[in-house]
Amino acid sequence: MSTLRRILSKAGPFIGLILVVGLFAAPAETRAYFLTYHNFKIIFTQTVIVSIGALGMTLIIVSGAIDLSVGSTVALTGVIAALMIQRGWGAAATTMAAIGFGGLVGLLNGTAVAWLRMPSFIITLGMLGIGRGTAKWLASNQTVNYDSSPIDSWMTTPNPSGYALPAGVWVAITLAILTALVLKRTVFGRHVFALGSNEAAARLCGVPTVRLQIMVFALAGCFFGLSGLFQLSRLRLGDPTVAIGLELDVIAAVIIGGASLNGGSGTVLGSIIGALIMSVLRNGSQQMGWPNYFQEIIIGLVIIVAVFLDRFRRGART
Amino acid sequence: MPNPRLRLAGISKAFGATHALKSVSLEVAAGEVHALIGENGAGKSTLLKILSGAHVADAGEMELDGRPYRPVGPLDARDRGVAMIYQEVNLAPHLSVRENILLGSESSSLGWIDTKASRSRAQDALAGLGYGHFPLERAAGEFSIAEQQVIEIARALLLQPRVLIMDEPTSSLTKSDTERLFTVIGRLREQGATIIYVSHFLEECRRICDRYTVLKDGETVGSGAIAETGVEKLVTLMTGRPVADLYPRIARTMGPAVLETSSLERRPRLSPASIRVREGEIFGLAGLIGAGRTDLLRAIFGLDAADGGSVAVLGRPAGRATPRRRWGQGLGFLSENRKEEGLMLNQPIRDNITLTKLEAFGRLGWVSAGRQSAASARWMDELAVKCRDADQNVGELSGGNQQKVALARLLEHPARILLLDEPTRGIDVGSKAQIYEIIGRLAAAGKSVIVVSSYLPELLGLCDTIGVMRRSELVAVRPRSEWTEHELLRFAVGKD
Repeated sequence: MSTLRRILSKAGPFIGLILVVGLFAAPAETRAYFLTYHNFKIIFTQTVIVSIGALGMTLIIVSGAIDLSVGSTVALTGVIAALMIQRGWGAAATTMAAIGFGGLVGLLNGTAVAWLRMPSFIITLGMLGIGRGTAKWLASNQTVNYDSSPIDSWMTTPNPSGYALPAGVWVAITLAILTALVLKRTVFGRHVFALGSNEAAARLCGVPTVRLQIMVFALAGCFFGLSGLFQLSRLRLGDPTVAIGLELDVIAAVIIGGASLNGGSGTVLGSIIGALIMSVLRNGSQQMGWPNYFQEIIIGLVIIVAVFLDRFRRGART
Repeated sequence: MPNPRLRLAGISKAFGATHALKSVSLEVAAGEVHALIGENGAGKSTLLKILSGAHVADAGEMELDGRPYRPVGPLDARDRGVAMIYQEVNLAPHLSVRENILLGSESSSLGWIDTKASRSRAQDALAGLGYGHFPLERAAGEFSIAEQQVIEIARALLLQPRVLIMDEPTSSLTKSDTERLFTVIGRLREQGATIIYVSHFLEECRRICDRYTVLKDGETVGSGAIAETGVEKLVTLMTGRPVADLYPRIARTMGPAVLETSSLERRPRLSPASIRVREGEIFGLAGLIGAGRTDLLRAIFGLDAADGGSVAVLGRPAGRATPRRRWGQGLGFLSENRKEEGLMLNQPIRDNITLTKLEAFGRLGWVSAGRQSAASARWMDELAVKCRDADQNVGELSGGNQQKVALARLLEHPARILLLDEPTRGIDVGSKAQIYEIIGRLAAAGKSVIVVSSYLPELLGLCDTIGVMRRSELVAVRPRSEWTEHELLRFAVGKD
């Protein structure tokens, strides 16, 4: 039992990914195409937005909080970026602005959570509405169109059947490595674990818990702003109604990846694999010709099974 | 006693290697109020848990009205007529007074609440306590703690229990509320109720109880009619035991004052307190739980904001109080609450030991896990922490080893002034002796230590100076040589 637990604990999410890939690699209908490089290029590209969001969410969930305003932040920053492009701003300024506004939303969330000592669930549930409403307001309740922008090419490659991966995939990989290092190897990262594991103990040990919680939300907000840019890159227009419910995918990715909603545990690698598992399920289901609702049911089941296995490997009672 | 309502004989209970109860006997006559007295750790809580069915005794027999009484759980105990009022109020604050009183025994037909019958039953229960005027439909949470206690008692009486157990009911009450509770208990006695009253406050026991039983280290050491027994005799029974030779006295010299508080205050839990601790001194704080000892330490360390007064470290004002700043000034704090505040149970030992100074284990904000582990390994070796390696989660260790990890944090920092709140709570005797030795060595090396402890022999064995707190006030500070266990307890329980 304990050996099994150890194997599961080291490789848990990986095993899940392999199982899901195997599920679609085996049937005759999909075998020919599913395991090709080209298909995985599509899967990776489709994972960029959720996985960058999952990086921010990993920080927040490890710190013991939750953020429900991801979808709204993505829509808001996308609309802001589209408006700037429309008015002739360059890609660099637009990028900075989207990340900055994402960070600002996070800063507001974090400040309310840490200073007013309100549950993050409630604060960000409020922000979910505020962000979405602001996006619609700024966009005058319609899509924000523009001719073209260098940002359009971030999620594509010049030769769709070539081997090169789009820029967005590389950005996600680079940020994932950086975030993993920061969480594991820096004072900031260890403090985030301490905060999520036991806030009272962290405070007792002199960890500046209020400032830290604000920083976590602000940094995560920057990630969500970046996700907003990639969403824009994919749509090529600013849509204030895009990404509704994205936060649930992002949270699911982090939870499937082995993080605990109680805080103090979670890994970047796990969250990225969690995001990939969901993308593979979507991609595979489409190729099997399964209807949308079927995909939703499967992903729902995967979340429950993943958390159940996670409990099992932790040796949780009851 | 010819036909006692409740008779316990030879009750024993062990948790692992710790013998919480060794052959306890207790006899309570019908219609009497019986005081169950003993120091913290004497075994009262364990005995109450056995009576209320939360624990099962390892050996011994219990009889209720002459028939064997072996509750298999709290519900079973309640059904057989043993009701318990806990120290903390256990009401559903959003439900009404009526709903709370009838919770679990609602008057109903086919699942529908019979409001009229409910009201009259709740009303009767309250009237019996002299609180018939209580508004039945108001939410329980709107009442004061003392009133909530009355609601709880009413709930317990609804089932007409044969024995009502009250565990330290006055510990969170003000003086006037305590008086009101005594009136209620007096009424119950007139109505012939049988009550076991658990309290530290000996004067209270003498006022409202008929007979007493004293527990000491898990054994019954005395019982009798309380009117014929003075407080002095009770104190002797509670403490009378030679102190085991657990406390190595290491020769040390004391230097200048390193920590001073002047009129440090946090209402209502801490009245203005001034203490002075010298270099190389071990300063003990005695008193009952809730007497303000922990509050004094927390105010010094900045964990709770003080309302007034000041702290000086090394003769200089210590300024705004935050834990971060205090660690920087060379103070360290060991929480009495290891699991909730002391440690991060699901994190590795190395992070738990080094959290106060992660910056020191790398450059530019990076942390080297290898260096953290190396530093931790040193203390794990020195304190003989039983564990796999520094990577193991601290939650997987035993209580004694967890406590050593929590203490190692102060040593690694290293703190010059150590505030230790109940450093030996819940750990085995072997680990206790090791922790006493560490404290002794620290003081010998010129560190200053404040120890809060509810175990008096420990303070007498360890400290140079002992202060006693009672009901938020520091009532006396004297050198150890001027204290006896008897004296300390006398001050703590309030007989000047």
